[in-house]
Amino acid sequence: MGADIAISVQNVVKAFGQGAAAVRALDDVSVDIRKGEFFTLLGPSGCGKTTLLRLIAGFEMPTGGVILLDGADITNLPPNKRPVNTVFQSYALFPHLTVAQNVAFGLQMLGQPAAKVKARTDEMLALVKLDTFANRKVSQLSGGQQQRVALARALAPAPKVLLLDEPLSALDLKLRQAMQIELKRLQTETGITFVFVTHDQEEALTMSDRIAVMSNGNIQQVGTAKDIYIHPKNRFVANFIGESNFLTGEAADGALKLATGETIRVVGLKAGGKITVVVRPEQLRLGAENDGDLKAKVRTLVYFGTDTHCYLSLSDGTEIVARLQSPASGEAGLAEGQLVGIRFADSSVQVVED
Amino acid sequence: MSPAEETSARTSARNGWILSIPALVVLGLAAVGPLLIILLYSFLEAGTHGNVVWAFSTKGWSQILWTKDIFTDTYVWADAHLSILWRSVKLSLLTTLTTFAVGFPTAWFIATRPPRQRAMWLFLITIPFWTNLLIRTYAINEVIRNEGILNVLLLKLGIVSEPLHLMYTDVAIFTGMTYVYLPLMVLPLFAAIDRFDMRLLEAGYDLYAGRWQILRRIILPVVKPGIIAGSILVFVPSLGAYVTPRVLGGGKQMMLGNLIDLQFGQGKNWPLGAALSLTLLVIVTLALLYYVKVANGEKRNG
Amino acid sequence: MARSGFSVSRLPGFATIAVLAFLALYLPILTLVVFSFNSEVTMGNWGEFSLVWYQKAWANAEVKDATLRSLTIASLAAVMSTVLATMAALGTTRRAAFKGQTLIYVMINQPLMVPEIVTAVALMIVFGMIRTLTGIHGLGYLILAHAAFCIPFAYLPIRARLEGMDLTLETAAADLYASPWMTFRRVTLPLLMPGIIAGAMLAFVVSLDDVVITEFVKSAGQDTLPTYMLGQLRRQMTPEINAISTGLLLITVLMLTAFFLLTRKND
Repeated sequence: MGADIAISVQNVVKAFGQGAAAVRALDDVSVDIRKGEFFTLLGPSGCGKTTLLRLIAGFEMPTGGVILLDGADITNLPPNKRPVNTVFQSYALFPHLTVAQNVAFGLQMLGQPAAKVKARTDEMLALVKLDTFANRKVSQLSGGQQQRVALARALAPAPKVLLLDEPLSALDLKLRQAMQIELKRLQTETGITFVFVTHDQEEALTMSDRIAVMSNGNIQQVGTAKDIYIHPKNRFVANFIGESNFLTGEAADGALKLATGETIRVVGLKAGGKITVVVRPEQLRLGAENDGDLKAKVRTLVYFGTDTHCYLSLSDGTEIVARLQSPASGEAGLAEGQLVGIRFADSSVQVVED
Repeated sequence: MSPAEETSARTSARNGWILSIPALVVLGLAAVGPLLIILLYSFLEAGTHGNVVWAFSTKGWSQILWTKDIFTDTYVWADAHLSILWRSVKLSLLTTLTTFAVGFPTAWFIATRPPRQRAMWLFLITIPFWTNLLIRTYAINEVIRNEGILNVLLLKLGIVSEPLHLMYTDVAIFTGMTYVYLPLMVLPLFAAIDRFDMRLLEAGYDLYAGRWQILRRIILPVVKPGIIAGSILVFVPSLGAYVTPRVLGGGKQMMLGNLIDLQFGQGKNWPLGAALSLTLLVIVTLALLYYVKVANGEKRNG
Repeated sequence: MARSGFSVSRLPGFATIAVLAFLALYLPILTLVVFSFNSEVTMGNWGEFSLVWYQKAWANAEVKDATLRSLTIASLAAVMSTVLATMAALGTTRRAAFKGQTLIYVMINQPLMVPEIVTAVALMIVFGMIRTLTGIHGLGYLILAHAAFCIPFAYLPIRARLEGMDLTLETAAADLYASPWMTFRRVTLPLLMPGIIAGAMLAFVVSLDDVVITEFVKSAGQDTLPTYMLGQLRRQMTPEINAISTGLLLITVLMLTAFFLLTRKND
């Protein structure tokens, strides 16, 4: 194993309940998280992402498998013996302590001398721009401020890895966007490995160095934001991240043959038999009826401001969405019921596993 | 389960027990354990000067219902005991009914106040709830005794020429018990009504129900668990009442609690006292079990 | 809204009955309090406002003894039952259901379910035996008995507080390197404190008010304030009893007010 791996999760299984009623929240999951990266666990609720985070933190014991931190086995260490800190979804700030006491808590538990605790606390409060709030009660803070206290508290002991469990979900949109930038800044400044859990694909795409997409207790794909968006490995990933059109048909001579009889060229296609391809709506080009790979009829046009969504159907009824940039006039130059031709750029067609 | 998971589950259960044991020891010594002694004593022979003789006997139990006539040497119904049993049950049921009749409107009133006022009314019902039972009984005593405030007022106003002799009657005990146990009825009723969804009433009126039908067909069925809880909370201590009948019944009009006391005192019949205690305990337990059954049933249906 | 004249939640006559019920609850107590300040012995005569009965009660050595004994027993029983109830509450809440948990609940709530007179005679027999066997007398028996029946009263508010407490706070403490003991001392205990104080106060009030069990368990010369009063009620009654009752009433009201403020504030 490379020395640049912070967390290595190996064949981890976590079952809740016993016997026939047992539910596998994690089903043989393996993943390596690199040092200093902003790693995101992305997936719908119930996919196992939070369970994986809690296993890394030590709040739960795995049913099987091993978790390594810097190459050392921490699978059975209690949370207070792991150099890993968590930012909780509910923040979990101690209501009976002030802002500064909250931030100092971990340092005190580590037995650091008072002077050092004080200095580090001040430093952390300055880092999250809350120096003037040190002596407030946490209940007197706004949601965004509480969020920053939670961050400062978790960062204060300089953990090897910072775990963040949907920390932005309780904030409104504007604050959430500001905090996304703030989080990214903190991560760059401190150089600490961040493991971030979210169900929000946009959050994942904008902040992460790498993303693991999860569903049903499994990791579906790991990669950079671009990787995952452009080359989704399977239907679930393509569907969960961004909008997608799926087209299914027979592979023949490096092309996909649809039920309508029309074909789409697929670069590098080797396999034969039934395949599915994904095409992003913004990658479709519409032209004259006879000028394209597929013929389609415009069903509905929906104006969204920056772009216009055009709902089309192929001759066999298959539905396809195209996202067109709205021209200055606001008119897309299309009418409902009109016949058009759809053109695909070579690079826009990706084969996915079903 | 992995070994680590198993260990943590076992540790959790073990800690649960370890933390509870000191409380259980004290309860075992001074609450639960001594009840077993009563069971034992109910099957022993009475000592001449109180206490027991260590010999098996079922007299303690049979004497609840029958007594030996010393002249004819035959067993006859123990009229005194039966009348006391009957009084206990009768007064307890009456108390339960009356506290419900008064307590339900009161609880409804509290629950339908605006939130700020509601806290105040609730506090007002809680003070008597926690006030010393003896003081409350004594307060009633101050009202109804011959020289009490009621008679003073009635005499002054010329309504009566002789003071009313209310003390040491069933009426006095009933009044006292209703007074002291009313808060026990109001609190669970309030809890049930507080959870009651007032929109059901809108639906009811919308569907042409009148006030009486609303009360009978919607409110009472929905708050039934609260009614049963309140009734049990009043009935159980009423049946075992000791202080109120002692003060207001004056040793003439006894209830079960006083009869038990008597067996351990002047009656010098400890086995009978023990058997009577167990009888009381069994009735109370049956009432509680009935409540648990109904409450669980409601939970499943709800 | 109020002008519409029709309120769905209004039931005719209920408000009247409720107000009458409150009057009926408070008038006897008020009468008792008012006549504790009457300089005359009988209720028929109102002399003048006076504290003479309070002075008499205060000068009465028996009353003083009983008061001191009541306070001693109530304080010790409250402390004991609160410590035990806190431990039991920590043991029985917020962990996966374990074998025997129901048994523990039943045991803890047993004093609420068994009629007092039954427990009273049972304790009289058992403690009587122990007294004869060991020759040990003293207040210990009363304190133990009081501690036992106070446990459920202390347990309830503590358990309620624990159940309302956010478990992630303790998880967070563990995450921040606090050992289980430190988590308890620095997070759980401070957050639980209002519940513990509330429990202790209820236990204190309940112990202070007890008549039946004390009456049967006490040895000669171990009267508490309530058993002293019970004894007096059989004899000639003077407003001295009213004065003592008013004093006890005041303690109860003060405790309850504090209890309400404590449990409300931290919601």
